[in-house]
Amino acid sequence: MNRRMSLLRTVVCRAVVSAMTAFAIAGAALGADIPLDKRRSGYADLGRDSKAMQDDDTINPATLWVLDGEALWKEKTGAANRACADCHQDATISMKGVAARYPAFSPARKAPIDLEQRINLCRSEHQQAPPLAYESHDLLALTAYVGRQSRGMAVTPPSDGRLTPFIEAGRKLFTRRIGQIDMSCAQCHDDNWGKKLAGSLIPQAQPTGYPIYRLEWQSLGSLQRRLRNCMTGLRAEAYEYGAPENVNLELFLMWRARGMQVETPAVRP
Amino acid sequence: MARPLINVPAKIKRGQVFEIKTLISHIMETGFRYTTTGAQIPRDIVTAFSCSYNGEEIFRADLYPAISANPFLTFFTTATESGTLDFKWIGDKGFSETATAKIVVE
Repeated sequence: MNRRMSLLRTVVCRAVVSAMTAFAIAGAALGADIPLDKRRSGYADLGRDSKAMQDDDTINPATLWVLDGEALWKEKTGAANRACADCHQDATISMKGVAARYPAFSPARKAPIDLEQRINLCRSEHQQAPPLAYESHDLLALTAYVGRQSRGMAVTPPSDGRLTPFIEAGRKLFTRRIGQIDMSCAQCHDDNWGKKLAGSLIPQAQPTGYPIYRLEWQSLGSLQRRLRNCMTGLRAEAYEYGAPENVNLELFLMWRARGMQVETPAVRP
Repeated sequence: MARPLINVPAKIKRGQVFEIKTLISHIMETGFRYTTTGAQIPRDIVTAFSCSYNGEEIFRADLYPAISANPFLTFFTTATESGTLDFKWIGDKGFSETATAKIVVE
């Protein structure tokens, strides 16, 4: 009885505290948000050659992953010996707009999941195949192929009330100072975008083109890789691939980019 | 998964100059990098590329470690006869890849 009472007290306390922080964050962050009409994709700041690379599928190296993804989509795999296409048929129809609304809420996990996790969930549930590792060629290829079907569509985060606390959690991470450098994402990407950090332009961190072909990486990479990249840059310990913190950040960034155009697969320096 | 991607116009007028675009997936490991334990990562690059038009070589390139991953090569030639364009990439570790494209000259 005693134990239950103290547990109840803790829960109530926590609820009050989290409600207070939610108000505080909403109040503090609202002023700092980039006005909707001032948002710009990193594409706008690309050089002429990089723009040409993204615009032309025959030049864009990400096409190599998209084509591999198309092959994987039709390939039977796992103990169930089923291909993605066996359930979803033609991806150019069934996957249209899917990447534009991910991360989405998973009732089974009671949390948002990103596109990579959705693909792996499909693999384990329907194909009875082992999950693909983050940043593996096959997972990037499938994500790029699915993402490609939403190119040109508007980012439309689902209007799902269950996602609200996770978006707020993502915002909290975005505005929290981390690492030895002791800076938050927002200090660069909300407050100082368009200025220079050393020789490089600070972008707004709009996640509209993932997975991206990043010239620095010489490869395709996911949004989580990019997030971890920034965290390491701040000399903070990066969250593991698939960690809820990373997914919450992805969710917040997609919400922040709502209405912007999907560019997948984009090219970035 | 090495996969070449070729882009040439399907139809073209005789005597016209046209562009050939080639892209191939390759890591182009320079051989200058080391693992965290200090072991050298051996060089693994595409070393040569050639293109022939109806059997006649029209373009050749040697590639070196400074060339980035997934090399993209583009060049021009004059449309003379209908036929095939043959592409060949050769590289370290016995890497060899070919591709062909058909072209109709009117």
